[in-house]
Amino acid sequence: MKDIKLIVLFVALTASLPLITSSGVMLNFVVMALYATLLAQSWNILGGYSGQFSFGNAVFFGTGAYVQAIAQMQFGANAWVALLFCIAASALVGLFVGSVSFRYGLKGSYFALVTLAMAEIFRILSLSVSFTGAGVGLMLPLNNTFLGMQFVQKSGYVWLLLGLVTCALLLTTYIKHSKLGAYMQAVRDNEDAGRALGINPFKVKLVAILLCASLMGAGGGVYVQLFQYIDPGIAYGPQSSVEALVAAIVGGIGTLWGPVVGATALLLMSELTRNLFGQIPGINMVIYGFVLVFIVLFAPSGLTELGVSIRSLVFKKTISNSTSVPLDDLDSKPGEKL
Amino acid sequence: MNVSTVMDDNILSLHTISKTFVGLKAVSDVSFNVASGSLTALIGPNGAGKTTLFALISGFIKPDSGKVIYKGEDITGHPPFDNASKGLTRTFQIVQPFAGQTVLENVAVGAHLHHSKRSHALEYAQHVIEKMGLQTHTHKQSGELTIAFRKRLELAKALATKPQLILLDEVLAGLNPREIQEMIPIVKSLVNEGITVLMIEHVMQAVMNLAEKVFVLDHGSLIAEGTPVEVTQNELVIEAYLGKGTAARLKGYGAKSASLPESNDSLRSNG
Repeated sequence: MKDIKLIVLFVALTASLPLITSSGVMLNFVVMALYATLLAQSWNILGGYSGQFSFGNAVFFGTGAYVQAIAQMQFGANAWVALLFCIAASALVGLFVGSVSFRYGLKGSYFALVTLAMAEIFRILSLSVSFTGAGVGLMLPLNNTFLGMQFVQKSGYVWLLLGLVTCALLLTTYIKHSKLGAYMQAVRDNEDAGRALGINPFKVKLVAILLCASLMGAGGGVYVQLFQYIDPGIAYGPQSSVEALVAAIVGGIGTLWGPVVGATALLLMSELTRNLFGQIPGINMVIYGFVLVFIVLFAPSGLTELGVSIRSLVFKKTISNSTSVPLDDLDSKPGEKL
Repeated sequence: MNVSTVMDDNILSLHTISKTFVGLKAVSDVSFNVASGSLTALIGPNGAGKTTLFALISGFIKPDSGKVIYKGEDITGHPPFDNASKGLTRTFQIVQPFAGQTVLENVAVGAHLHHSKRSHALEYAQHVIEKMGLQTHTHKQSGELTIAFRKRLELAKALATKPQLILLDEVLAGLNPREIQEMIPIVKSLVNEGITVLMIEHVMQAVMNLAEKVFVLDHGSLIAEGTPVEVTQNELVIEAYLGKGTAARLKGYGAKSASLPESNDSLRSNG
């Protein structure tokens, strides 16, 4: 299968990068690109394939991050075990948010607003309870071992994140070629038509948000391992929600490689602008906004589709020849064939 | 199920179904039976409540009162996806393709109801596409199809769920006479395969041609039922379509002024 081959190639190339270069800047870029890809892939399953646009993916991200930190600091769990807990906890939050909003048929901007509100509720809650460290946040003790999931060499994080991104890519490939994916896209494109054909949209959306939340939670867990610090603003603030959805939209929603392309392109851009406008804090968010508007206006199917349409412009002739229908086919009477 | 086959051979029975929307009685106390394996038409002027009745049967809307019995089981208010898995599906008057998906992908969604494996679903979808005469459009986007082929796609999607009772909401609307001629055998072929068809139709030529039995709905109530010929002779039906007093006037004028376009013969014999 073409998708699997491409994934193998992608994994092989990325995995070998740390062996080729030891440049900190380079590896740091790869780590952050993989991290952004993971968030975007998560959003893409719910938003891209199932058509439910979440503006509050931070609610899963933050839960993952806190559980990752708390499981280790307050329950002495191993970091790898904590990651499992963090995925499970985010999945539960996903089920909660999904069952609350989808049961009442919230769609489109209403669903987006509910997710946004959920993230805000969780942010305020995490500010006011003590086990999250409230406003002070939580500082994960340094433990630079494999078992502690903290690495002196950036290559460790490359491989860790690459493992998770590979899971996300394989999951998306499965969705693309399965009944689950067909049902997700049917719900996205026409819910009523789907219901007439035997689809229970509530169930399908619940599975989608569960998968989305699990991946997003894993992203939060890795964030804590990477930066050893989490507070309510980072966990449940808009940053991770925006990063996830912009990267997916810029890359191309509902595609396998869109989130990879989008996340990498955005990171590249924000690195460049940081060098140019280093003095202005938050400039990358401004740039994100502009890029989003630009993409939505001029390339609504994202960068990957932009590539496809440029290619089809170049090879216009061959494509139009292959898809045109012979005239006599139009004249045939299908009724007679029955 | 055994009980129902012993008791009667109606695949669908409605018992005094009613539905009121804010201030408007859309469907009131409608009862009828649809025999297994039959082709039944539901006709009536615009706004008679035909599509609402379809929505009530298939589960898109819950009735205020009354019962829907399908294969001997009370399915009143059951969600449409449950009904679809029991073999009751519908098409929509305004076609509802999965936009942005190819014809094959569209039909495969229906096929997935009984084929979990993607390859099996695609294979079965291909089979249905060929049966509907859509094979030259298999890999086209559903949005690129002409209205006639969109209607066929709508039918193909529903057919891929392997229904036992299919509700067709105006599959001929918007088609030109030649396209109607092509569609009629397709609808007939469904019945030949043992699928019970209940269709809403305005094209009287098709109703006369296809239906064994016709129900006429007007202002939410059932005003007549019978064979196509019986129904077109019914005074209530003529008045529902052409206005009060028309039937009497037509009688008075006799054969010369018979003006119901599709039912000239029956009116003449009446008058």
